Amino acid sequence: MDPILFLRFVFAGAIRAGAPVMYASLGETVTERAGIVNLGVEGSMLMGACIGFMTTAETGSAWLGFLVGGLAGAVVSLMHAYLVVHARANQLASGLVLLFFALGFTALVGRPYVSVQIGGFDVIAIPVLSEIPFFGPVLFRHDILTYIAYLLVPLIWWVMYRTRWGLALRAVGESRVVAFSTGRNPALIAYAAVFFSGLMAGFGGAQLSLAYTHFWVEGMTNGIGFIAVALVIFGMWHPARVMLGVLLFGGATSLQLQLQTLEIGISPFLLQMLPYLLTLSVLLLWGQASKRAMPAELGVTFSRNG
Amino acid sequence: MSATNVDPNAIETPVPVPGRIGIRLPNSLREVWNYVWTIGLALVLFGILLALLGKDPIRAYTAIYDGALRDSYGWSEVVVKMIPFILTALAVAIPARLGLINVGGEGQIYIGAVFASFVALKFGALPPVILIPLLVAAGALGGALWGGVVGLTRAVVGLNETISSLLLNYLAILMVDMLVHGPWKDPGGPNWAYTAEFPVNAHLATFGGSRISLGIVFALVSVAVYFWLFRYTRWGYKMRVVGGNAEAASRSGIRVNWYVIGALMLGAAFAGIAGMVEVTAIQWRLRAGISNGYGYIGFLVAWLAIQKPGRIIVMAAIVSIVSVGGDMLQIGAGLPSSTVNILMAFILFLVLRNQGLTSAKETS
Repeated sequence: MDPILFLRFVFAGAIRAGAPVMYASLGETVTERAGIVNLGVEGSMLMGACIGFMTTAETGSAWLGFLVGGLAGAVVSLMHAYLVVHARANQLASGLVLLFFALGFTALVGRPYVSVQIGGFDVIAIPVLSEIPFFGPVLFRHDILTYIAYLLVPLIWWVMYRTRWGLALRAVGESRVVAFSTGRNPALIAYAAVFFSGLMAGFGGAQLSLAYTHFWVEGMTNGIGFIAVALVIFGMWHPARVMLGVLLFGGATSLQLQLQTLEIGISPFLLQMLPYLLTLSVLLLWGQASKRAMPAELGVTFSRNG
Repeated sequence: MSATNVDPNAIETPVPVPGRIGIRLPNSLREVWNYVWTIGLALVLFGILLALLGKDPIRAYTAIYDGALRDSYGWSEVVVKMIPFILTALAVAIPARLGLINVGGEGQIYIGAVFASFVALKFGALPPVILIPLLVAAGALGGALWGGVVGLTRAVVGLNETISSLLLNYLAILMVDMLVHGPWKDPGGPNWAYTAEFPVNAHLATFGGSRISLGIVFALVSVAVYFWLFRYTRWGYKMRVVGGNAEAASRSGIRVNWYVIGALMLGAAFAGIAGMVEVTAIQWRLRAGISNGYGYIGFLVAWLAIQKPGRIIVMAAIVSIVSVGGDMLQIGAGLPSSTVNILMAFILFLVLRNQGLTSAKETS
């Protein structure tokens, strides 16, 4: 294959494959900034992928599927919020409740939809821009949900660093006691942050089934929710750097898919390891340095005093 | 993102409930009552959810009962499944004594199975007296190495063990896929993704025509080793010190990092033995997808048992009944067998809720 064309496919694919993780990672960035780790994003993504797909299959509306998928992810994440805020449970263990629940629930309700065909979201080539050689097809020929995923990065940055909401969120992540004494409600903010991360993960899952694959299959998220959590650490809890991590992950996914089509005799399973290996490697190399930026009370169990 | 310390001692002490009306049960009875209540409520919630979805909960309960408890075959399957649940629960429980959250049991099963399969395929001609211990050692080594990656990265660069162990699960599963589709694929067999059948010497002995293998003995001995280690050895004592307060332990000269690595490797070795049992007793070959989420269920068992050795066995039995029964949902109630994960989710939810509330009550 022409090397330029190959690169074009890899880069365009990186942006597409990164999009579902972009949603989930942004949501995780927000909740971790409030001091709560949400490993349940894997479960929320699965819910979004399944419920979003079902909604679109039943109503024919792709947008409705996207919204309902997001909400499904958000609703299950309330279990996590309740456990960590009210029951003061261990945050990492609690995330697995959502994984168990989503695996069972989506297998149950999603089974009739396994071989269903849907329209979903199609690629929109942006006029003029998409005609630019090389960069046009890479950057400007995607589905609408992919554009939105990356446009949310500056938006969430702005909310986190330039608004009172963002300040309150970050204050809670640094110290609940101080945030409380300055008149904020840490429990409420934690609930809102976890809900938001579930919503975003649900959107990411819906993007996966409605725009990326156009099908639903049991367990289709395959750990990318956990990768999203890992990329937030690499991204030092900053949306822009998280996006860099997401693009690296997307690149690894896209590269392995393109290599598979070349039939160069490398085991496809070995190639599929690439995104996981890359995620582990970046954490190994930069994880330690990232820790400096970690919200001070991240992962700390809620205590009775707030 | 440091794992918060789950102080097992804090949970162990029974909570006095002053001023409650009614009969005060003895502590042990009340704990039994707590478990009955937790699992009962989870079953009820599961039934309500099924009813809301228009499924018949009674048929689902009946299917679970029929699958696991009605006849001796069901009971023997419960024991068969207890083996990986007990062993992977140890993989969670031992690091948890240091406040580490290891979710890598699933991957450690797979790598243990790979190492055991290598030995079985390569040295299958050895007499069982030598071969079987060799297989156990291989499985344990495979698991320990996989867990060692988690421990080493945690100790050296501070990589969160939960994240790394989860990602390593997916890598381990893909590694087995790669082997059984590629270099290890059965050359003589049909075009399926598994290795050649192991020689007879590498088959683990079973009890009187049932599917229950020597693996149950390995599992019970492993629990005994865990109990003995923490109760009677210096190593176990120091582990308890580190688990109680890592900062203080480190200042008193205990090298905390070695205990972190050691705990993760030891736990993982047990999970590796579970993988060994799976290939030598159940499958007689390595195939793709040998563990159907056993590692995650082991996590549930360990938390239900609050890391206590005796309870790990009891909780593994209970969860095994649920799991074996869950496999019957497909045939008995027309529901996908993974539906039972919803029930597991409710159980874990209630357990975390109760433990969180209890420990908070004590510390305040």
